[in-house]
Amino acid sequence: MKVRVMRGREWARPVRPVRREVLGAAPEVEQGRPPLLFVPGFGHGAWAFAEHWLGHAASRGFPAYALSLRGHGDSGPAPEATLRAYAHDVTQVAAGLPRQAVLVGHGAGALVVAHALARYPARAAVLVAPVLGGWATFGAALRSNPVGTLPAVFGGPLRLHRRQLFSRELPEAEARRYADRLGRAGRRAQWQLLTGRAAEPAVGDPPVLVLGSPDDRVVPATALTRAARRYGSAPLLFPGMGHDMMLDARWREPVDAILDWLAKDPAPTGRP
Amino acid sequence: MSTSTDHGRPDPEASTLALTRDGRPVSDRGDTVCVVGAGASGLTAIKNLREHGFGVDCYERETGVGGAWNWRHDRSPVYASTHLISSRPFTQFPDFPMPDDWPDYPHHSQLLSYFERYADHFDLRGHIWFGTEVVRVEPVAGDRWDVTTRSTGGYGPERTSRYAAVVIANGHNWSPKLPRYEGLEEFRGEVMHASSYKDPAQLRGKRVLVVGAGNTGCDVAVEAAQQASRCWHSTRRGYWYAPKYVLGRPADQVNDALLALRVPLRVRQWLYHWTLRLTVGDLTRFGLPKPDHRVYETHPIANSQLVYYVGHGEIAPVPDVARFHPYAVELSDGREIDPDLVVFATGYLPRFEFLDPAVLGDEAGQGRPKLWLNAFVPGRPTLAVAGLVQPDSGIFPLSHWQTVLFARLLRLRVTRPDRADAFAARVTAKAGERYAGPVKDSSRHWFEVGHADYLRAVQRALHDLEEK
Ligand SMILES: Cc1cc2nc3c(=O)[nH]c(=O)nc-3n(C[C@H](O)[C@H](O)[C@H](O)COP(=O)(O)OP(=O)(O)OC[C@H]3O[C@@H](n4cnc5c(N)ncnc54)[C@H](O)[C@@H]3O)c2cc1C
Ligand SMILES: NC(=O)c1ccc[n+]([C@@H]2O[C@H](COP(=O)([O-])OP(=O)(O)OC[C@H]3O[C@@H](n4cnc5c(N)ncnc54)[C@H](OP(=O)(O)O)[C@@H]3O)[C@@H](O)[C@H]2O)c1
Repeated sequence: MKVRVMRGREWARPVRPVRREVLGAAPEVEQGRPPLLFVPGFGHGAWAFAEHWLGHAASRGFPAYALSLRGHGDSGPAPEATLRAYAHDVTQVAAGLPRQAVLVGHGAGALVVAHALARYPARAAVLVAPVLGGWATFGAALRSNPVGTLPAVFGGPLRLHRRQLFSRELPEAEARRYADRLGRAGRRAQWQLLTGRAAEPAVGDPPVLVLGSPDDRVVPATALTRAARRYGSAPLLFPGMGHDMMLDARWREPVDAILDWLAKDPAPTGRP
Repeated sequence: MSTSTDHGRPDPEASTLALTRDGRPVSDRGDTVCVVGAGASGLTAIKNLREHGFGVDCYERETGVGGAWNWRHDRSPVYASTHLISSRPFTQFPDFPMPDDWPDYPHHSQLLSYFERYADHFDLRGHIWFGTEVVRVEPVAGDRWDVTTRSTGGYGPERTSRYAAVVIANGHNWSPKLPRYEGLEEFRGEVMHASSYKDPAQLRGKRVLVVGAGNTGCDVAVEAAQQASRCWHSTRRGYWYAPKYVLGRPADQVNDALLALRVPLRVRQWLYHWTLRLTVGDLTRFGLPKPDHRVYETHPIANSQLVYYVGHGEIAPVPDVARFHPYAVELSDGREIDPDLVVFATGYLPRFEFLDPAVLGDEAGQGRPKLWLNAFVPGRPTLAVAGLVQPDSGIFPLSHWQTVLFARLLRLRVTRPDRADAFAARVTAKAGERYAGPVKDSSRHWFEVGHADYLRAVQRALHDLEEK
């Protein structure tokens, strides 16, 4: 898809403002690292990153933030939210940070990030267990959890089972506690996840890292490979983990991999 | 890194290969690109060039960023009450949104804070040499440029550096265009150009004549209606005074909803005339002259208050000024009025005082370069002008895409010279192309562009440049 310069429809109907929940953790000493902005997937809120990843990133010198998309967590209600509104939430928060941010999207939050990348030149982007949409995604979800997935097509809530989200290493009580906190995305956004247009190309050629687990029961390994190929790389794999890598028992490994990658200061793609 | 007070310049470590004509050394800056000016257009040039991997030296004569939108800058045309006329979505950079809880039409102080945040967010200040004025830009062999600078105000020695390319982003709303009238020298009242109008206190209790009905003239007339003891507003033609809101939405958003549906110009004009009839009504009933043109054929006025104050008798519309007398102004209909302050809101002309006008194809030196996409110079593949447009929307998205296009072009000069050559041929073939429907013949419309036509043309140029 080509860069779109003329965006009349977008300009004519700006996205409405909404209260946005942003949680953050600051490093003890400012080390000049780029800020990270974590974007949760459908049903999740900023809390999912506040649990472990924000503090860990900050302890390694990265200012870290997480937002709740409208209609999620403590952000304002938005039953009619669209993917565009979600991407707008991300660019609003990113542009409000003091410096050029790294966008990290999880699950369908990765699709939101992919759309946001077309409207904000991120320093870099990370797609964690990305759900990039289309009917293939749906097929995979349907196979592993037909009861939770099918109603979503007809506008009902998409319910993910805790065994899709976490490995068996995570104690049952914790898994249940997290699963209980899950909310739901807007109906239109859910529908767009299946049928929506692919994201426009990212602006500013950010380097993109894709990671996930071959044992994820929401995102099959083939989808990870496909997503990584779209950005010209191969996925980093963390066997044995569930879909919610930021909450699962071994949450430290993927976030360390992300921070190591960023610490190497990856160059933008497409430079001469 | 420079601070806002040093009169910085790039490290002199760069090798000094050549000498200027008067025998001073030229420091060679290699592949670095020079940007003239750190207003909004200059900032977006720095950001986009950096994003495409180029080193950038930007020179700014003021001590801060924001250009016209820092109203403390001595050349800023902005006055205390200035708010945007283009609504937020049309004004923000396409990749750095303004906060969505700002008003539809933000205040100039918000614009300045937006540009400052843009500069900090993308870490641009380290590339800007503040308090440094560009005094000469000269082409040298190999499509390179010698840029001579000195401290603003003419102190200190001149210095010359050689660059791979130059972006001129010096703004075009700072050099006043002043009309000449018989008898003006003998006039005993006060006379000023709107560029030095800053604060309504300057009008308080005076008998004020405002000349010109661009957006500046209309704003000043509205302030005079509230502050002055009398206000005459002289125009040499009738205009369409469009409100900032129609159908409950910012007017430009309604227009773009139609543009997105590709409604043809004639139909949009008809719809607009019809909406204005329903809302503002027949302007000749207020004593305003009938427009001598269709809507969109003069640069759009966005002002909801002018007609309101005319309707309240606080603004008296009068025709063109014929001549001045010591204590009176004679109008073209023979009437005489007796203002004690005359404000010429007659607009601005571009000026490139550091450049031989022939370089920009402006042999006559009148400030009207002949360019393609208002930015690219025939025969000068490493020179671009950013922000030399007057759109029916905000300027900044246009400057953004101009500089993206230039950065991509510079990159292709290295990787795909054949493409860059094809682009150069298009620049020569298409220089002078216009991106607006018919407009009234006036120097104020030299750079008038319809944002939709213009951005579509830039989009085509980008795609042609990079087509596989
Ligand atoms: C009253 C008023 C209201 C306006 N409202 C709007 C609006 O609502 N929306 C809109 O889009 N536009 C508006 N404009 C148009 C305005 O000109 C542009 O918004 C904007 O300022 C253009 O940015 P720029 O960077 O191209 O130029 P400028 O803002 O003029 O910046 C040019 C910079 O270059 C520097 N410079 C110039 N010459 C040199 C030199 N030789 N060496 C070093 N530095 C140099 C200057 O100091 C300045 O900082 C308005 C204009 C006026 C007069
Ligand atoms: N955001 C805001 O609120 C805001 C405010 C002010 C300005 N602006 C922008 O800044 C730019 C400059 O605006 P501007 O209003 O300063 O200038 P302008 O648009 O050039 O308007 C100049 C006015 O003066 C008239 N004029 C020029 N020469 C004249 C002469 N010799 N005799 C009589 N009348 C003469 C013109 O009439 P003709 O039509 O006959 O040429 C026109 O009405 C525009 O892009 C404008 O949109 C924005």
